[in-house]
Amino acid sequence: MMAQNPLLPDILFRIGPVPIDRAVVTTWAIMALLCALLALVLRRRRVQAGAAQSILEILVETIESQLRDVLGRDPWPFMPLLGGMFIFLCLANLVAIVPGGKPPTGHVETPAALALIVFFSVHYYGMRARGPGAYLRKYIRPNPILLPLNLLSELTRTFSLMVRLFGNMMSHEFVIAIVLMLAGLLLPVPFMALGILIGLIQAYIFTILAAVYIGAAISGSEA
Amino acid sequence: MIEIVSIIGAVVAVSFGAIMPAYSEGRAIAAAMEAIARQPEAAGTLSRTLFVGLAMIETMAIYCLVIALLVLYANPFTG
Repeated sequence: MMAQNPLLPDILFRIGPVPIDRAVVTTWAIMALLCALLALVLRRRRVQAGAAQSILEILVETIESQLRDVLGRDPWPFMPLLGGMFIFLCLANLVAIVPGGKPPTGHVETPAALALIVFFSVHYYGMRARGPGAYLRKYIRPNPILLPLNLLSELTRTFSLMVRLFGNMMSHEFVIAIVLMLAGLLLPVPFMALGILIGLIQAYIFTILAAVYIGAAISGSEA
Repeated sequence: MIEIVSIIGAVVAVSFGAIMPAYSEGRAIAAAMEAIARQPEAAGTLSRTLFVGLAMIETMAIYCLVIALLVLYANPFTG
């Protein structure tokens, strides 16, 4: 009666020696969907935008204005990373509303990969904006005694970025499974509606936190 | 025996790990509501900061959940 172990990968098939997870297949499907959608809408770009192009422009401009508020500077250098991450996370978290779909963020690997991307890009942007010496000097500030604590906080915030996304998405799947098991057919429906809200909020929080970390790295203040 | 203790441990971790985050999230939301009521024009900044803060608080509860799941599904003391 125990639900399936959420910490183990859900292997669908193998290509040679490489096992292919369900999360990987879902991620490929989302990527293909995004590429097809963008290729279709942006095939004929016009200044007088049509309906589909207008929707995309509104979306991009909303993300841009939010990131501008958080970063406090021109967000366009970071838009490909942060905007892409937000749109991907929105779609990935909402996969559950497609029958048979399981959110790839509900397994630990996808959030781990995204958190690692954030981890490395924070240092990349920080070093590029302020130079490696000035950037690395922030770790011995205000006092070199704090170096281990600074390094530890660097690791724990990446870890918590991963665990937050994974925990929220996975626990939600779990709650729906348990409610379905206890109560039957129609009762999980409000929980699934709540799941849409949770998925969007988690995508938003992940992106905003990544933006906060990047903003702190490039401006030299603490986050 | 270890299984029974693990289940009790998971229940304790989740239940006590939910109390303080729930309380502090309530306090954070109440403070944000008061601030928005006083300064409705700052609602955008306030709610963004509120969401980020709530995410930070919620992480504590999620940590407890992850510990509970590790105890239930990946227990190092059972075979």
